Amino acid sequence: MSTPTIGVLALQGDVREHLTALATADALARPVRRPEELDDLDGLVIPGGESTTMSKLAVVFGMLEPLRAFVGSGKPVYGTCAGMIMLADKLLDGRADQETLGGIDMIVRRNAFGRQNESFEAAVEMAGIGGGAVQGVFIRAPWVESTGAAVEVLASYGGHTVAVRQGNVLATSFHPELTGDHRVHAYFVDMVRGA
Amino acid sequence: MSSTPNATSATAPAGNPETGTARVKRGMAEQLKGGVIMDVVTPEEAKIAEDAGAVAVMALERVPADIRKDGGVARMSDPDMIDGIIEAVSIPVMAKSRIGHFVEAQVLQSLGVDYIDESEVLTPADEVNHSDKWAFTTPFVCGATNLGEALRRIAEGAAMIRSKGEAGTGNVVEAVRHLRQIKGEIAKLRGCDNNELFAAAKELRAPYELVKEVAELGKLPVVLFSAGGVATPADAALMRQLGAEGVFVGSGIFKSGDPAKRAAAIVKATTFYDDPKVVADVSRNLGEAMVGINCDTLPEAERYANRGW
Repeated sequence: MSTPTIGVLALQGDVREHLTALATADALARPVRRPEELDDLDGLVIPGGESTTMSKLAVVFGMLEPLRAFVGSGKPVYGTCAGMIMLADKLLDGRADQETLGGIDMIVRRNAFGRQNESFEAAVEMAGIGGGAVQGVFIRAPWVESTGAAVEVLASYGGHTVAVRQGNVLATSFHPELTGDHRVHAYFVDMVRGA
Repeated sequence: MSSTPNATSATAPAGNPETGTARVKRGMAEQLKGGVIMDVVTPEEAKIAEDAGAVAVMALERVPADIRKDGGVARMSDPDMIDGIIEAVSIPVMAKSRIGHFVEAQVLQSLGVDYIDESEVLTPADEVNHSDKWAFTTPFVCGATNLGEALRRIAEGAAMIRSKGEAGTGNVVEAVRHLRQIKGEIAKLRGCDNNELFAAAKELRAPYELVKEVAELGKLPVVLFSAGGVATPADAALMRQLGAEGVFVGSGIFKSGDPAKRAAAIVKATTFYDDPKVVADVSRNLGEAMVGINCDTLPEAERYANRGW
């Protein structure tokens, strides 16, 4: 697979930034909103956004089960912020009716780092990403409270897990797509190429 | 699942956290894209908005339609009301300050709102100066009727722009006019060569560096939403097709016959704005839309879009 095709879930959120980051990392990137658009993808990104909105729209437009099937198929999936929430097997501080896709055996706490005034950026060392720390942009960000045995912790900040991988599913609390440094996206594109 | 707790205070942070950076402020607006931000005046309305799939709520004392009806000076909301709304929902909460009333903005920041709207819908407190928005950790959204106005607000620190429209009318005509104006002026800049950008900056009464950035990007350096007069799912889809990255809906939802249903319909139409079948489907049986006002019968003094400069 020379140029993999990677979809960005485009129900709501910072879709354009992910499309740009993926294109820079030599993938063919396109937005997806409908079940049939998942069919010929090699990988999928779930962007940052408002997770309750994304979850609701996924249910209403019949995307929830197709997305779960996609994650279950073993094709690589990467979620940032709201995307991390969507990939959590279990969620804290979500809405009572909030559905996630699951895929990573972890408990994620929504808005764990606080409201917008507590949102921050900071250098974060991430396993598997060479060339020094990445700039982590944390916006009303979640963190990972706990992980199952099969989950690899790739980064922590302030004592909290903020980047994880389980098999072909990757998640970060922060937003590499907002920084112009596309090393994390390149790492994900490599995962897709290797899958 | 077999759980390993990951929270250990032993791990030292890799770098010192920086709050309130331009990236963190603008990045917040990027997360709202493709979404609907709804005006609410009570915690109950905020819950209805969140249930419908709003990406954020705007807490205010009266929706613009009522501000029009009641007249008088419109100000920042009661902190108790804002606290109640913050308490009621888990999505971001925005609130409005008067133009140039930086103390109202300081109060809103201290209450912990996620975004401050320095809004022409409230009665301006300063007829010359807008607030210095760089001085705040909380990001600001500001209204604009044209590109120059948008860039002046960004120069003052706004991290998000919304086209103004004419709030509280339920009439989308001004929203269309302002968004077309902004998009048209951006397109015109795209066609300028470097020599022309200096004159363009002077004409736009905006900083040259920002004008140059827009000419290169072909878009504003911050997220652009539309506001002021959106009342139906088709209105929301129209603004999206015209280039808005999301919509604010003020009086259009809670001044309609069935707010919960209309709110959910506008959310869906905003996501599938380019699919007429979806817009048609969600537009069925929504009940009464807000009555609306013809903007050309509005006296000059009652045109909120003229406030701010």
